[in-house]
Amino acid sequence: MISIKNVRKIFPSKQGHLKAVDDVNLEIHEGEIFGIIGYSGAGKSTLIRMLNGLELPTEGTVNVAGREISKVKGKELRKARQEISMIFQHFNLLWSRTVSENIAFPLEIAGVPAPQRKKRVEELIKLVGLEGRENAYPSQLSGGQKQRVGIARALANNPKVLLCDEATSALDPQTTDSILDLLVDINKRLGLTIVLITHEMHVIRKICHRVAVMESGRIVELGPVLDVFRNPQAPITKRFVQQVTEPEETKDTVEHLLERYHSGLVIQLTFIGESAEQPVITKLIRSHHVTVNILQGKISQTRNGSYGTLFIHLDGEQDEIDKAVDFIRSQQVGVEVITNG
Amino acid sequence: MDNNHAFQDIDWQGMWAATKETLYMSGISVVATFILGIILGLLLFLTSPGNMWQNKFVNIVISAIVNIFRSIPFIILIVLLIPFTNILFRTMIGPNGALPALIIGAAPFYARMVEIGLREIDKGVIEAAKSMGASMGTIIWKVLLPESMPALVSGITVTAIALVSYTAMAGVIGAGGLGNLAYLQGFEQNRNDVTFVATVIILIIVFVIQFIGDVITKKLDKR
Repeated sequence: MISIKNVRKIFPSKQGHLKAVDDVNLEIHEGEIFGIIGYSGAGKSTLIRMLNGLELPTEGTVNVAGREISKVKGKELRKARQEISMIFQHFNLLWSRTVSENIAFPLEIAGVPAPQRKKRVEELIKLVGLEGRENAYPSQLSGGQKQRVGIARALANNPKVLLCDEATSALDPQTTDSILDLLVDINKRLGLTIVLITHEMHVIRKICHRVAVMESGRIVELGPVLDVFRNPQAPITKRFVQQVTEPEETKDTVEHLLERYHSGLVIQLTFIGESAEQPVITKLIRSHHVTVNILQGKISQTRNGSYGTLFIHLDGEQDEIDKAVDFIRSQQVGVEVITNG
Repeated sequence: MDNNHAFQDIDWQGMWAATKETLYMSGISVVATFILGIILGLLLFLTSPGNMWQNKFVNIVISAIVNIFRSIPFIILIVLLIPFTNILFRTMIGPNGALPALIIGAAPFYARMVEIGLREIDKGVIEAAKSMGASMGTIIWKVLLPESMPALVSGITVTAIALVSYTAMAGVIGAGGLGNLAYLQGFEQNRNDVTFVATVIILIIVFVIQFIGDVITKKLDKR
């Protein structure tokens, strides 16, 4: 569906050239929800803008839905853009138009006659759950409702690809979740390919099938979300994964615990996929003479399974503790003994 | 001045004719300024750096023209335009004689206000329209103009009021209207009552323009 080959984007500036995107290669499949994560300035915004020709690559080619976006111009490009729609962090609605009129705008651009336009707008309003707000102006809507208008507007011309530019970054956590649910729903119902960029791992975890991690214009890691969670390679990926698996305070808590428990071991268990649903701790207590104290834990759901970490404290005979650790290892659970220092 | 006859022997018919002339000059010049100012303002905006028709040369040329005509005092502009007006209307006298100066004087002034109004439009909205495949014409008609309309209307209100006072000035060189009347009768024949009535009528016109402008701006602004 989308293929990005050897793409580079260099912005000339007075202090030398700025490489916003540096030799990126990417294949995104039809019907996939693909996430690109990175901190601001990583080049993800520039990259997603090349998918609908708002930016042109300095080098390389960008193919979307059978068209070479990096090459087409004028009318052909405008036609292509009707099949590759976009939603934005700040919604970018026309304040002078009502909800209905905003959603009708892309239909006007596509030259859809008024009666069909009206019908299509009604369908879209239902699809995004904005019934009753048709005649409201954007200024009368909440952030979540504005983004729903943005989504309805983006879907108006039955696009093949939906680009999401930090679409939930301006929303509170609860609204973010409802918008993400809507995106998943659309992806399933319409088979739409979705490409999203974000700096929140939560968004990737919740809806993406695959993820690419970007740092200084390059893709440093790429793979199915669960794999990346299970086995993050690049330091930046580890930091992103920690965003959702380890709350900020975990490190402090663990240090504090190590000071308190002089005997026994503090262990970090990492559960992935099915193992996260096994009663490992129950089995451990039943079969070994150790006391188990659960210190802290969190399990996150991703699109292809669960991922979690659990901190426990084991106490008892040294011999039994060793056996217990071996047992946990045999259960396909990642084990890391946390030590002082 | 003969105070006993104040307000009694005012030529009301002449006053009404002058009022109509003032309204005619103001009306035509406001409409023309609105159109010309928007065209110039759009060009200034679109050719500025980072915009869709980015073009340093065109931008500098239009900017220079606008600045020059905006800086020339109106009374001097009328004199400068006498040959041009003569070619256009074959006369300098009467309301039509004032129109070229009024429009050329006010359009650059208004063009700057249009440009400021357009610059206040959220860049993201323009980008959104582009991402939907909108053509340049669609972006101008369906995004730029509607989204800046409150600024365009409040700008033309200010300009219209300036134009009313310009018509009075144009009256001094024979363009007709209330300014002409106040000068010929009020000043030269020492009829302060005529000057007073002409002033009151101009004030009423200004208030009405301001009121209409405010109402429309408020109605348009859904932000």
